[in-house]
Amino acid sequence: MALSVDIQKQLGSFCLQVRFEAGDERLALLGASGCGKSVTLRCVAGILTPDEGRVVLDGVTLFDSAAKIDLPPQRRKVGYLFQQYALFPNMTVAQNIAAAVRDRSAREETVSRLVRRFRLEGVSRQKPGQLSGGQQQRAALARILASEPRTLLLDEPFSALDSYLKYQLELELMETLDQFSGTVLWVSHDRGEVFRSCQRVCVIDRGQSCPVQDLSQLFHNPGTESAARLSGCKNFAGAVPQGERIFLPEWNLTLDWARPVPEGIIRMGVRAHFVHIAEPGEQNAFPCQVTRVVEDVFNTVVILRPEGAVPGAPPLRMELDKMAWRALPARERITVSIEPRDILLFEE
Amino acid sequence: MDWYPLLNSLRIAAISTGIVFFLGIAAAHWIAKLPRTVKGVLDVALTLPLVLPPTVVGWLLLLLLGPKRPLGAWVQSVFGLRLVMTWQSAIFATVVVSFPLMYRTARGAFESFDKNLADAGRTLGRSNSWVFWRVQMPCCKQGILAGMVLAFARALGEYGATSMVAGYTPGRTATISTTVYQLWRTGDDAGALGWVLVNIALSAAFLLAINLLESRQRERR
Repeated sequence: MALSVDIQKQLGSFCLQVRFEAGDERLALLGASGCGKSVTLRCVAGILTPDEGRVVLDGVTLFDSAAKIDLPPQRRKVGYLFQQYALFPNMTVAQNIAAAVRDRSAREETVSRLVRRFRLEGVSRQKPGQLSGGQQQRAALARILASEPRTLLLDEPFSALDSYLKYQLELELMETLDQFSGTVLWVSHDRGEVFRSCQRVCVIDRGQSCPVQDLSQLFHNPGTESAARLSGCKNFAGAVPQGERIFLPEWNLTLDWARPVPEGIIRMGVRAHFVHIAEPGEQNAFPCQVTRVVEDVFNTVVILRPEGAVPGAPPLRMELDKMAWRALPARERITVSIEPRDILLFEE
Repeated sequence: MDWYPLLNSLRIAAISTGIVFFLGIAAAHWIAKLPRTVKGVLDVALTLPLVLPPTVVGWLLLLLLGPKRPLGAWVQSVFGLRLVMTWQSAIFATVVVSFPLMYRTARGAFESFDKNLADAGRTLGRSNSWVFWRVQMPCCKQGILAGMVLAFARALGEYGATSMVAGYTPGRTATISTTVYQLWRTGDDAGALGWVLVNIALSAAFLLAINLLESRQRERR
């Protein structure tokens, strides 16, 4: 049971080039908006036709440009959860689900089973427009499962919902997905959502896919600057390798990396919450001016300017606990440090 | 009073609306899928009857269907049917003249239809025609109904092209509009007034029905 995708598609000046393999797992396609995640899903579902490449699901070739195979969406057995759910507004919830049942003799039984499973009993005779966002999502999932898909494609499943609903629905969706034995592709731009819901991730950056990686790898060793950005890293600067150290010309700093820095490294990154107030005598410590303090809900965000920074250098962002920030005796000029293992290095 | 013109006007408008319903929807559906340049050209060609004077449309129809023209002569010799100067001939005129109204409103409705709904239906295993008749058409119901109403009203009020293609024969091809003209021309003001009142009453009833339909649909939403 696996899904293998290797496709290219030119859309105006935008070139999509995506390649990944997924087993019976939840694979996230993570990327900024407009990077081609949804186009990729549409190509897998057969709604869009790639220019070149192959899509194979459980040994069945859905698309192969060389062999001129292009199965219509009806025959791909792919469950597509649209961003706004795409429930038929002219039909009731029960009719929506019934529309997806292929086996006519089992239609009534399947509908009532799914209505019960997704707790839609009270609304099964209502039109989608009368349902709450959460009920709409459940109805859409019920309809997709009624068509007995071999794979599920989720296109930003929570983008249509208020954030307070999101967390509860995320748990519900996870329960549904746990009972599904097949590949799930989960398109998202939200690293938190991906981290909570998926096992592996394929980062898509401006139409180009990166190799599939484990989630822990994405957060500890993202490999590229864009992957690091998507994983939530906020500080980036130019870097010059110097043995086991790196020199950062913009901040006029030299930091210890504690192991040989590969040749070809030209950029570095560090997560805002790994920048911390330096203990006396700690390595990689450097003094900074505080240029701005922003109070977030649980954190304090401190925008810093390393004292040696050249004009036009990017600011350094530090995030720390509100209490820890208030406990500091001096808050205009502070000494911070970054541990060697928290420094991410990039070649691109 | 001979009610033939009323009956004739209503049946011509009803039949032509039926024909225009399918033609307009088919055109709107297929043209929406064509490349932009072809779409532009066809769009102009199909909308042209809306802005042409009805006499121009009538003259062009006679050019095509007249008994001495290739198509008219062929139909006459093979089927023994005359294409002009019968009550059915008026349907040609009303179809051509009211088609653009149906086509344009249907196209507008289809363009505002959420294409994701069609894609959802297709990924769920439903055929394209199922998606069209069971999802797209019901979702575009209001626009299509509006187009039919406009097409029916236009067909009911048609005069210029109809009088050229079907002529005016009392009890054979007379419609309300051609009757009013004929009665006025022969100085029968009382007769003309009678038909004018019938026409006003018919149109008012028609508009009332549309308003009722619209308000009922608004309530249902």
